[in-house]
Amino acid sequence: MRTAINLFKAFGPLCLAAGLGYLAESGEMINPYWIQIFQLACIIAISSLGLNLIYGFTGLFSLGHAAFYGVGAYTAALVMKSYGGESQYVFLAALLAGCAGAAIVAYLIGVPTLRLTSDYLGIATLGFGIIMKVLFDNIDSFIPQLGGARGMTGIAKMTTVPWAVVFLGISLILVRNLIHSSYGRALVSIREDEIAAGTMGIDIFRCKMAGFVAGCALAGLSGGLYAHLYAFLHPSNFDFFKSVDVLMIVVLGGIGNMSGTLVASFGWIFLLEGLRVVLPPEYIEFRWVLIPVLLIVTMLVRPEGLFGFREFPFLSGRDDE
Amino acid sequence: MILEVAGLSKNFGGIKALAGVDFHLDEGELIGMIGPNGSGKTTVFNVITGIYRPAGGSVTMDGTPLVGLSPHAINRLGIVRTFQNIRLFRNLSVMDNVRIACHSHVRYGPLSALCRSGGFYQAEGEIWEKAMHLLSIVSLQDRRKELAKNLPYGDQRKLEIARALATEPRILLLDEPAAGMNPFEVGRLMEFIREIRERFRLSILLIEHQMRLVMGICERIVVMDFGQVIARGAPEEIRNNPRVIEAYLGEGSGGEG
Repeated sequence: MRTAINLFKAFGPLCLAAGLGYLAESGEMINPYWIQIFQLACIIAISSLGLNLIYGFTGLFSLGHAAFYGVGAYTAALVMKSYGGESQYVFLAALLAGCAGAAIVAYLIGVPTLRLTSDYLGIATLGFGIIMKVLFDNIDSFIPQLGGARGMTGIAKMTTVPWAVVFLGISLILVRNLIHSSYGRALVSIREDEIAAGTMGIDIFRCKMAGFVAGCALAGLSGGLYAHLYAFLHPSNFDFFKSVDVLMIVVLGGIGNMSGTLVASFGWIFLLEGLRVVLPPEYIEFRWVLIPVLLIVTMLVRPEGLFGFREFPFLSGRDDE
Repeated sequence: MILEVAGLSKNFGGIKALAGVDFHLDEGELIGMIGPNGSGKTTVFNVITGIYRPAGGSVTMDGTPLVGLSPHAINRLGIVRTFQNIRLFRNLSVMDNVRIACHSHVRYGPLSALCRSGGFYQAEGEIWEKAMHLLSIVSLQDRRKELAKNLPYGDQRKLEIARALATEPRILLLDEPAAGMNPFEVGRLMEFIREIRERFRLSILLIEHQMRLVMGICERIVVMDFGQVIARGAPEEIRNNPRVIEAYLGEGSGGEG
């Protein structure tokens, strides 16, 4: 019964939001360009939530998040292009495949690298990200459909506002449920003090692996949604700088803070696009100067991130009282 | 004999931190480990709990060899410790510090946590009850929402013991539990150690510099110097042992009189 109530509580607002999104999208009340930006913000939020799980909660410094995002995007796009046509069911299967693909790659990368301490893990994931970029550039030699450096075209445009909202909602709920459980507390204890966590019976390696794989699976999911939003994939969408973007969102929002990640993702995307409208054309590239400046100011003024330790009510643990 | 340490050695570069340490702990016993700074006491703890791997020798618990096991595996066999320099999860609440230590006995799976099944709520409730019970033993139940780092020093030490007890240990290793305490607090701590030992049927090994505590509650004492055990026995024997006096007061000072 309690589960049913929870399901209703969780999915009621979600369905409402998705419905409103559907109306907005089909009724053409809002400029389609901004609708697309909104979807992108949802997608980036899912990916950032994944990195927050890895870096913010488990304390694993990863600089290769965009590579897992890319693995998810290419896997999902390949599945959809090969079997899908326009089918919603195949689209769902493709997203799951992207999710699983990123998770499997994360596991394989995790086996050797998660035994490293934090700084070295950062270097290792950075190297992995660069390797994956080179692989994406040349992948057409192995799988011609993926296009390599010329980019992958002909992907069905399947991502809609309802899909983006629903997947963001599900991701938020799952991460929240994980964090406010004994398993989530185990992850956080590793971030706080690895040696103490180990001597208190926490299986460090297993927990690190679980956090890393789960976070990368979210990156894979968001990659799949991204692929079907713009219907075009290019290796430059998954390079090192995209990993840094996600990292900045997580740090801006607050390390280990879900609400902050959510707000920072939307703020980030809308600020980038908003400035495109506001700034005169010759200054548009200055956006990339403004954002790092914003990051520096935030670190000086609010090092704990926008939200610090506070969470939106629906993301905080009620069992703490 | 619940814990046996035999021929333990450990080197850091050219320094012999441990050079053949032997001692044992009987079921239900309370042993004190003393010795000058740098004599290798904490290194013994680090080897027993799996943080360091020894160069040689063995540690066995009820006949199970512990050398080579990871810290969490050793903890799950029933050995837990506190730290000389207090290693709490500083940015987490007092409650969460204790609940984290309950994780190795958690009774729901990750899937149950993700979809918040009925079993999840029930098991979380039990964890909460257990943590509250342990916090009440150290009188911290009213400060459960505070961050661990904001507790006064003495309460941090107590919280560390409560956290250790949450793992349901059979052997408790205390690393300088009375460090920084005044004589009154030391008296309270002695009572407290006696009490938890009875209540949780613990075998305790403690490192301490405060002689009043060691002499007051330990049944046997192991004295270390330069990585070796130089004496062992009942408190009375240790108090008058010339080698112990020499180790503490310096070479020659024992022989002058």
